[in-house]
Formats: sequence, C-alpha cells, structure tokens
Amino acid sequence: MSQQVNTRVEDTSPVVGSSLWQDAWQRLKKNKLAMLGVVILLIIILVSTFGPLLSSYSYDQINLDRNSEPPSWEHWFGTDQLGRDILVRTLVGGRISLMVGIIATAVSFVIGVTYGAISGYFGGYIDELMMRIVDIIYSLPYLFLVIVLLAFFTKSIFMLFFILGGVSWLTMARIVRGQVLSIKNQEFIEAARAVGVETPMIIFRHVIPNTLGPVIVYTTLTIPSAMLSEAFLSFLGLGVQPPLASWGTMVNDGVEAIAVYPWQLIFPGLLMAVTLFSLNFLGDGLRDALDPQMRKD
Amino acid sequence: MLKLIIRRLLGMIPVLFIIITLTFFLIRLAPGNPFANDKAFPEEVIQALNKQYGLDKPLHIQYFNYITELAKGNLGPSTRYAGKTVNEMIAEHLPTSLALGLIAYGFALILGVSIGIISSLRQNSSLDYLSMAIAMFGISIPSFVLGPLLVIVFSLTLFWLPPARWGEPKHLILPALTLSAIYIAYIARLTRSGMLEVLRADYIRTARAKGLTESVVVLRHALRGGIIPVVSFTGPALTFLLAGTIVVEKIFVIPGLGRIFIEAANSRDYFVVMGLTLFVSILLVIMNLLVDIVIGLLDPRISYK
Repeated sequence: MSQQVNTRVEDTSPVVGSSLWQDAWQRLKKNKLAMLGVVILLIIILVSTFGPLLSSYSYDQINLDRNSEPPSWEHWFGTDQLGRDILVRTLVGGRISLMVGIIATAVSFVIGVTYGAISGYFGGYIDELMMRIVDIIYSLPYLFLVIVLLAFFTKSIFMLFFILGGVSWLTMARIVRGQVLSIKNQEFIEAARAVGVETPMIIFRHVIPNTLGPVIVYTTLTIPSAMLSEAFLSFLGLGVQPPLASWGTMVNDGVEAIAVYPWQLIFPGLLMAVTLFSLNFLGDGLRDALDPQMRKD
Repeated sequence: MLKLIIRRLLGMIPVLFIIITLTFFLIRLAPGNPFANDKAFPEEVIQALNKQYGLDKPLHIQYFNYITELAKGNLGPSTRYAGKTVNEMIAEHLPTSLALGLIAYGFALILGVSIGIISSLRQNSSLDYLSMAIAMFGISIPSFVLGPLLVIVFSLTLFWLPPARWGEPKHLILPALTLSAIYIAYIARLTRSGMLEVLRADYIRTARAKGLTESVVVLRHALRGGIIPVVSFTGPALTFLLAGTIVVEKIFVIPGLGRIFIEAANSRDYFVVMGLTLFVSILLVIMNLLVDIVIGLLDPRISYK
C-alpha cells in the first residue's frame, strides 16, 4: 500500500490521474470474463436498438387467432396472450430496461458518490446536514409522491426516470460516506494535505478512487433493483404503459402464466438474467482493475 | 461518543419536523379524500365525518392541530377503522413486522457475511464465481416470484412448512427467507469487495507476520475493516425490512405494517399514513445513528469531531 501511496502523492501532475483509468483499462482487457461481459452487453444493446427494425412484427401488433403460441419458426420466442410476438416485445422492452439501468447508474454514480465523498470528507456539521437531507428524502412516502405526480403531470416515461434517479443515489451516498470516513484519516491523504494539494483535488483524485471498489459493486446491485422498481412503478401506472413493455413488466405478467405458458416468463427473464450476469462480471472486473492495491502487478 | 448521541438525537427534531411537514402537504395534494370511496354516504354524512375528524378546517389549521397533538404523543385517529387510533394500530402490528424484519436481516447477515468472506478468501476460484452467481440470482429474482416458488417447494411438495399462516415461530421461516434473499446477495457482494480491499492492507500483513492464526487474522482484524460497507448499508436496509415488506406480507398473508400502509394510502387514511411515515423516519434516523456508532467502534481511525 505505502509504495503506491508515495508515488501518487509525489506526482500531483495530471498524468497520474489519467493513468489510473489507462492502467485500469489495460488490466480490464486481460480479464476474460469481464471482456465477455462487455461483448454480451454490447450485443444486447445493439440487438435491442436495431433488432425490432428487422422483424416483420411490431411490438403492439395483436393477432388474437394466434395467442399464447409456444416458440416456433414464425415466432422464435412464442406469442403472448394477445398474440403479440414475444421476441420483438422482449427486444423493445430491453430498450426501456437498459435505459432504466443506465439512468440509475449514472445518477447514483455522479450524485451519490460525489455527495457521499464530500459529506464524509468534511465531516462535522457539514456531514451532519448532508446526511440528514438524505434521511429526509429517504423517508418520504414514495407511493404518495407517485400518486401526486400522476395527478398533476401527464404520464410519461421521464417521470419514471425522475423518480428512479431521485431514489437511487441515496444508499450509494451513505456507503461512500462510510468509506471516506475511514479513508480520510489515512496517511496518504494526510500527506497530500501536507504537500498542499487542494481539497477538491484530494477528494476527486485521492479519496474517491479509493472508494471505487464498493461503489462499483453497489452499482452492479443498483441496476437490477432499479429494473425491478421500474416494474413496480409501471404496475402503479407510472412509467411503461401497455402496449409498450419492459423486461420487468413482462416478467411480472409472465409469472401469472408460468404454469401454462412458461415461455412468456422465460424469454424476457432469461434476457434480463444474461444482462445482469454480464454486468456483474464486468463490475467485478472493473473492481479488480481499479483496485489501487493491485496496481503493483 | 455520548456527545455524538446527544447531538444526533437533538438533530433528529428538525429532521422529523421537515419530514412531517413535507408528508402532510404531499398526501393532501393527492386527489381523493378519506370518505370519497364510500359512495353510499349522503353529502351530509360526509360533512359530519369531516367535521368529526377536523378535516373541514382550513389546511394550515389542520396542520397546526396535527403538530399540537403530535407533541402530546398522539398520532391521531384512523378514518378507515372508526374508533381506532394510529398509536393502537402501530402497537398492534409492530411486533409482527419487527419479528419478521429482524429474523430476515439476521439470516441475511449470517449467510451474506459468511459467503462474502469465503468468496474473498478464494478470490477468482470457481467457489467464488459460484457464490457470486448465486448472489446475482438472489438480487435479480423478485420476491413475488421467489415467495410462491418457496411455498411450492417447501409447503406443497415437501410438506415441511405451512404455506401461509401466522402465529407460530415456524410460520416465520418462509417469509423471512423470501425477504432475506436479496439482502443475502447484497451483503455477500459488499462483504467480498470490502474484504478484498482490506486483506492486502499493511496491518493484515503485520498480523500475519506476528504469527496469528488465519482465522484470527480474518475474523478479528480483516473483518473489522472489510465489513464497513455492509454496516453503512444496514441503516436503510433494516429500516426497509422493518417497515416496507408489503409484497411478502401479501404473499404470506402476514398482518404487518406494510399492509396497513398500503390500505391507508389507498383509502387516504391521512393520519395512518402520517403516523407510519413518521415512525419509519424515526427508525431510519436511529438506525443511521447506530450505524455511525458501530462504524466508529470498528475503525478507530474514524472520529466524528
């Protein structure tokens, strides 16, 4: 630990900061599982984005004569209760679920990490105030927020993103703050302070990179829970409305038909699971790649 | 430490005040009112009911009255269950939620931390990958799928446990397992990453060099630092487990606080919603205080000056 700490404190030129990410990328490239995750994720993103354009069905094309058919050459994933093609619906649904995942990640990364790091680093009354604000936001009854939003604004997918984004950074902020409390009194931070590094620089270049392990792990955990929250909010009427679907709402509907038409649950569920597993491997790879203690090798 | 506790308990007052105020006006903004659903009531009856509960007064007077009552420890009446007070309703259903939540979190802590430690000690082994894959599965599977699945396996196939009853300790097992699955997964992953961070630290090398046994090094030295993310996570997680277990309560027909909240929200039972929100926020603030105390005890470098 002490070795890399010293090098980082001595060179405060920008070169060191950027090399953190370059080093990480070099190490990530060597991690086969993580790279497999990246490739699968890219494929899923591409197929969800462009796949529906290539299909001869559309996600809302109802054909009641052919409802709940098992997978066949015409409908690879089978059809749902209204005879809609499940493959196209799953792909279109993937766009929404991926979007939800990206938004939740972005918000919890940008707001949650910065907020938590500032709160933990400054400590004292600033910490007190910032964490109590988090408590207040956390305590509000979201069900009512949803009802009120639905009453005053037109239903839209942006409302869903707004709510999910608003909640997703709170626990992240608390976790980062907890880490920072223990990091900020370590020698290398003291050393950085002693040589006169400015506070924002200390926070962003020295403190935050050392919290990235738990941050990345928690992010890979945020994505599935955001996708499931989306299904719940859509169920309440906020967010994805029929005929549009997301993986979450399709799984939700599929559970009811599990005994009779299992493919209505299996395919969207499977695609969601593959995405989450890939994210998970990528997350672990990133965690290892960014681990400051592993930088020696 | 005592100063921290006193400061935080005093700091609780403005926080709760803000939460009460925001919630009070938020739920009044929502369309509908407590008696709108009962179409059978003639207009005069509804007016009389509003008067009885003080809902006919201007909003700011109602707010003032509510705060005054609250200061006396009175959470107000339920408009849905005539003659019941919110205090009584919480007292009646809290033990159920408390038992369920604590047992679920107990499961989650024991299993999650053990899996996390084992994974971190065997990093990148097949055991590690398997545990983390199971953890990911636990996170991705929603409780409305897992609950019925557990019932099918343990109640309807193996006949080990009752499907949906409440009263005896063994009725707690399936709902607690369903609830804890996602937390086992969270805790396992957070423990693993926390431990990986700590296991290479200098003080662990020192501990090993001193000739301490591996179990002492891992459990007494490494775990202290490695478990901090889990402790931070515990504040919100435990609060949620004690108050927000709506789905599981519905699956297993458990008379807990979550169900009361949903009922109250749907029927605009204003005082019940307020009371429960207040209760949850007090819980959250206290949990987070406990979390800070525990983090401080685990890591002597932390000071809340």
